[in-house]
This record gives sequence, structure tokens and C-alpha cells, in this order.
Amino acid sequence: MTTHLDPYASSRETTEGTVFSVTGGDWDSLVSEIGESKEERIIVNMGPQHPSTHGVLRLVLELEGETVTEVRTGIGYLHTGIEKNIEFRNWTQAVTFATRMDYLSPIFNETAYCLAVEKLLGITNDIPERASVIRVMMMELNRISSHMVALGTGALELGAMGPMFFAFRDREIVLDTFEEITGLRMNMAYVRPGGVSQDLPAGMTTKIRDVVKSLRKNFEDNAKLLIGNTIWMKRTEGIGYLDLAGCTTLGITGPVLRSAGLPWDLRKMQPYCGYENYEFEVITADTADVYGRFLVRMAELEQSLRIIEQAADKLDKLEGQPVMVADKKIAWPAQLALGADGLGNSLDHIREIMGSSMESLIHHFKLVTEGFRVPAGQAYATVESPRGELAAHVVSDGGTRPYRVHFREPSFNNLQSTSAMSEGGMVADIIGAVASIDPVMGGVDR
Amino acid sequence: MTTAQLLGQDPGWLIAVKAVMVFAICVLSTLMAVWTERRVLAKMQLRTGPNRVGPAGLLQSLSDGVKLALKEDIIPAAADKVVFIIAPIIATAMCFMSFAVIPMTGVVNLFGRKTALQLTDLPVGVLYILAVTSIGVYGVVLAGWSSGSTYPLLGGLRSSAQVISYEVAMGLSLVAVFIYAGSMSTADIVGSQHQHLWNAIVLFPSFVIYVISMVGETNRAPFDLAEAEGELVGGFHTEYSSLKFALFFLAEYVNIIAVSALASTLFLGGWHALPGLGFTEQWLGGWFTLIWFFAKVNFFFFIFMWLRGSLPRLRYDQFMKFGWKVLIPVSLIWILIVASLRVLQQEGAPRSAILAFAAGVVIIVMAISSLVERNKEKVRSADLPEGEAPNFPVPSLPNVQSINVSGGK
Repeated sequence: MTTHLDPYASSRETTEGTVFSVTGGDWDSLVSEIGESKEERIIVNMGPQHPSTHGVLRLVLELEGETVTEVRTGIGYLHTGIEKNIEFRNWTQAVTFATRMDYLSPIFNETAYCLAVEKLLGITNDIPERASVIRVMMMELNRISSHMVALGTGALELGAMGPMFFAFRDREIVLDTFEEITGLRMNMAYVRPGGVSQDLPAGMTTKIRDVVKSLRKNFEDNAKLLIGNTIWMKRTEGIGYLDLAGCTTLGITGPVLRSAGLPWDLRKMQPYCGYENYEFEVITADTADVYGRFLVRMAELEQSLRIIEQAADKLDKLEGQPVMVADKKIAWPAQLALGADGLGNSLDHIREIMGSSMESLIHHFKLVTEGFRVPAGQAYATVESPRGELAAHVVSDGGTRPYRVHFREPSFNNLQSTSAMSEGGMVADIIGAVASIDPVMGGVDR
Repeated sequence: MTTAQLLGQDPGWLIAVKAVMVFAICVLSTLMAVWTERRVLAKMQLRTGPNRVGPAGLLQSLSDGVKLALKEDIIPAAADKVVFIIAPIIATAMCFMSFAVIPMTGVVNLFGRKTALQLTDLPVGVLYILAVTSIGVYGVVLAGWSSGSTYPLLGGLRSSAQVISYEVAMGLSLVAVFIYAGSMSTADIVGSQHQHLWNAIVLFPSFVIYVISMVGETNRAPFDLAEAEGELVGGFHTEYSSLKFALFFLAEYVNIIAVSALASTLFLGGWHALPGLGFTEQWLGGWFTLIWFFAKVNFFFFIFMWLRGSLPRLRYDQFMKFGWKVLIPVSLIWILIVASLRVLQQEGAPRSAILAFAAGVVIIVMAISSLVERNKEKVRSADLPEGEAPNFPVPSLPNVQSINVSGGK
């Protein structure tokens, strides 16, 4: 055969060009390909069902003894069609889908999408300050819960059981806070185009301060579990090395890039949601290895706590201000209210639309059934998610539904550094390297 | 009368009874060990642990065992059937056998006969244990090989290399004990510790080496590379299910108890009470010594749990390096020192000469370790030769205030 067969996808020529069909059953072709080489190698198929490939990542390894000679990553096992589904929902409903992509950082997905939609609507500067501050606070809380998973599962994958439970204890604290604010622990669809879905419950800022206090105390414990541990250092120092040139070549962002020494943090470089008004530092390391990434994440926790504290102070000053844009043609008509039978539509609002204002009723009906229209055009908005640059590219044809929404998911871009990080190392080092990238397959496949 | 002579008077039926007792003790303590481990780990990790089946969840491991036995037994198509079935049997049988020479009590009255709870006392008892445990490795290797898939094969290979290297370190750490006790019989070693001090104190380095290598020998965290669930899924037992898996599970825990029992016997005075509490040995007609023995075994078992709860796993090559380049040389040097001291003592050298020799050794060891330390610094500073300049354009560092957490190393 003259043409090289792609081991992952057979192809056929059609009038529209080459069509690839990605299927399973590629195993035989891979094995036979290897079988032709003279060296003694074995192929190990790691995943998609494997304890430590972060959900359903598939790694095809070529081993010489315990040394890894080649790593190929296979993705697509968690493809949920979120981007496509969004095209069939109105602009507000799309949030509910976007939040489920990278399930560890829902608020970031929502915010990136909403910032892009707001840019298209031209209301970026009309977003109430209180809404922006709430968004910032929620994002930073989310960064903590996401980093806690990265650190905890990362340690678990390197064989340390204890730190995982301690990390998840702190994650629980954050998720409980989320539940109190939004009603849901994950995938909360809280950030909406124009603001946030509802205001904070009364007395929330005090609670947030308590949460910050207890988290800060817990983080000290967590740090003691791993920092300086000889075995941990041996397993992480110099492992998964990817220097600045490597990172920029592969388009790596987030803690992995910062561990190579580049202080690239969009919160500082291209501030959004008013991040320029907060005092915090960008954390870098220059070891460019798993240990550096671990330290960067640990130190970022403290910076997030600082931002949350400042946000809580701002929220106290902005008490009683709106959390949704004033334009009634965009803003979701009703705020939720706590009734005797739980959280639901505000009775005042129902009284208004059913009893007194015909116009309000029409607005409510149009917005809820059809949604608002967004001027034709396209917009691109980025946020710094726990994993790196998360961006939404939103295209509108002027209708009530997006024409196309594409996300630049940091997990997807970062994942391609797997081979660069782990080839030439030992099998056990792949696990550490992948854990330090912290990919979330929900975000990779979308 | 020595223990060997005492045991020699046992009639056949008593030996059979004791064999059954040893078996029952092993199985029971496995059940208890699993429960204890889960509860203790849970306490260390902000959890509760099993607390539903039976009082305080005590029957949890029993019900788990029954559940395992009732599960579907799968033999993979690619497996070598005969070897696949024999492997767990070898692993389990060998663990139980090593318990035969462990003295668990002093002289007691069993069904009207004076005896000790020890199946037999071989003059080469400790060597017998080493031999039997190394046959147990065959179970693991064969399981990995016969499964006919990659993960078990890697796990089996890792395990065999690991156990063989750590057996060397373990054997060497025991040599000092033999020199000191002048015997390889477990009962004699216990007796010699009763006359002098515990070996854990006298032969502290041997004790430390033994404790490290017993963790390596039993494939437990942080040395559980053979079944590193993060890398090899289940290691050698990935393809096993039902009772065969249960046998491996049982073998692992009996093995842990066996090495802990050996550690208590060789280093912590065996079934004897703590110094100063010797009067308790007469309680319950001598049976109280069984409690002392298991208290010591549990002490080691707790170390196992503690390690598992707190440490990450070592990498395979680092682990082997540690065994061959640290533990074995240190053991050899230590044996040299112990042997020299022993000879000096037996030749009737004056006390001052022995002390001078010991002081000289300490000074030499300190000098070497400081040299090594200094060398390490040098290597670190001469780290990584200057590589080629990257041919991919690297952005100039932006003017952003940042904190470098790695300390600009």
C-alpha cells in the first residue's frame, strides 16, 4: 500500500472531499503496524475506561519495558453535541448547555458565553456592577473547587489517597455555597446574558467571609500533606517537562503555561468583569514540571480567596442594586422569590403580569417562549478558566437563536501536550503529566 | 526444656488441632484486618468507614467475602487456564504456611497438654519463612503471565522484580539477628530477646531495614507498584474475579499479618510482655501472651495503614534504586559492623576497645554521609547542560507583577 493509513480513521474519497469515519476496531491495524518494526515493543491501550485517565480519555502507549516511546491520545468518548444543541435553543437557554461542557468549571463556561453574547448585543457596559462583582466572586469560588479536584485527583493518581479526601472536603464547602446561592451544586446556569439569574440570598456576604476563613485554614492542612514530601517530590520534580517554547508552540495556557514562567493571565492581560479593580498577583513557576504546576495551583487558591474577600466588600457596598441589565427587552422578566412552598416565581411578578400590566405579560411571553434577538455579527470573548484561556466565539444571524457557538476549550488545547510531556519517560510519569494538565473530557469533547 | 523439645512431645491430634487453629487465626485476623484498615483509614480521611453490617460494621468483610464468592467466575479466553487457576492457590497456600513457625504464645495448656501455640519449631525457621514467601511470588508472577493481557503482565513482572530485590534486603537485615541470637529458630530468637534487650533496640538499623522491606515485600503502599490502580488498573489480578480474586485478597492480608508477626517475633520480643510487665505472662494460664503477641502484630499493621493513608506511590525505577542502592549496601555494612563487634566481644576484648571501635564506625559513617550530601549539592548545581536555544519564538515576558512560587530555582 502506498498511502499511509490513519490508524484512527479510515477514509474514502467523495465528491465533497475526503471523508473520515472515526470508529473503534482500530486496534488490529495499530498492532500490525507495530509488529513490523524490529524492536521489541508492547502496546498498551490505556482508557477510555481506566482509573486515571480523567473520565474517558484514551491513551495508546507504545512501551519498551517501562519506558514510553510513543503516546497517542484518543478523544471523543464524551462527545455530547453541546455546541450543536446550542444552535437549536434561544440565547438564554444556551447557557444551560454551555455550563455542562467543562463540568468542573460551570461558571466560567457560562461567563465566557454570556460575555460574548453581551458583546454582540452591545450591552457590555450596561451590565450592572453588582452582577459583575457576583460573577467574579462566583468564578473565583469555582476556581477553588476546580483546583481542589485537580490537586486531589492528581494526588490520588500518583497513589496518595489522603489528599483527595481533604481536597474534596474543601470542594464540598464551595459547592454548598453554590447551592445556597444558585440552588444547584453544579451546572447551575446562574450567569445569564445581561447579568445573573438572581441576587444573592440575604446575609450571603457574611457567610462567604466565613467560607473564606475556613478554606484558608484548610488549605494550610492540605499543603502540609504534600509540599516537601520526599516521595511526592520524586514523583513530580522534572516530570512532564514542557518549557515555554513547547507551551507556546502547542498553544498551552493556564497553570501549565504559568509553570513555564510566563505570567500570562487574562485577568491581568485583558481584564473582563472588572478584574482590573481587584488586587491579586499572577502566580508563576519556572520549573515547567508537574511540581511547578502543583505549586502554581496551590498558590492560586490564596489569590482567589483574596479576590473573593474584595468582592464580598464590594457587594456590601452595592447592596440592593440590580443584578440584571435594565433593558426589559433582554432582561429575563422574573426574579425568583422564596415562597412558603420553596423557591419559585415571584408572586409580585405574577400579580403584575396577570392582574395589572398587559404589556408586561406580552414581554414575559415573548421573552420566555421566543427569546430576544441578537444583531447579526460575531463576537469573541475570553476568560481565564482554571485550566487556561476559555473563549466563546458566537455568531448570530440576527435571530433568536445562535447561528453557531464555538468554544475554545483550554482542556482540548492543553491535552495535545500529553505526548510532548510524557514520551521518553516511564509509564507512571504519564499519569502524573496528564494529571498536571488537568483535562476535563466534558470540555474537550463538548 | 526448649520449645523445640516441648513441641516434639505433641501427639498427632494436637498438631492437627493447632494447624486448624493457625488457619483460623489467619482467616479471622484477615477479616478483622480489612475492617480495621477501612475504619482506621476512614478516620484518617474524614470519613466514617463501614458501619452498617453487624455491630460497628464488624461483619462487613465477612459479607464482602460471601459476595465475592457468589460472583460470576470469569476466565478470559486468552488465559492459560491451568496456570490461571493454580496461581491464586499457590499465593494463598504459601502465606498460610509461613505462619507455621511463628511462636504465638509461651507455654500454655491446650486440651490438657502442656505445649506452645506454634505448629513447629524448625532450627532454620526464619529461612523457611523466607523460602515459603518467595514461592508465594510465583503465584503473582504466574497470575500476571497466565492472564494473557498486558496490564497483568506488567504487574506480574513488576511484582516479581520487586519481591526478589526486597527479599535480598530483608534477608540481609535478618542476618544481624541471627548473629546476635546465635540461632535461626524463631523460638530461640524470642528467648534470646527475653534474656537481653529487644532486637529492635540493639539492632535498630536492621529493624528499620526490615520494616521498609516488609512493606516492599507485601506490595503495599507506598510500594504497591504491582497493583498500582492509577497505572496498571489492578496489576496482576486485573483479570481475576470471584473466589480466585478473593484468594489473592486473602493472600495479601495473610502475608501482611505474617510479615508483621515475623517482625514482632524477631525484633519486638515475640509473645513476651513489654519489659516490666512480665507478671502478665502468667495470666489466663499463659494465654495472655497471645494478646501481647497480637498487640505487637497490630502495631505493625497500623504502620501499614498509616503509610497507605499518607504517602504517594513511588515510581518503579525509583523503588528499585532505593532497594539496590540504599537498603542492600546499608545492610551489608551494618552486618559487617555487627559481626565485628560480636567477634570482639567473644574474643574477650576489653570494653574500651569495643567502644572505640563503635565510635570509629560512627565517625566514618558520618564522614561518608556528609561527603555524599556535598556531592549531591554539586550534582544539583551542575544540573542540565545548556541545551540548544529554542528555535520557536518565545514571547518576551510581559511586564506583569507575578509571584514565582518555585523560588527561581
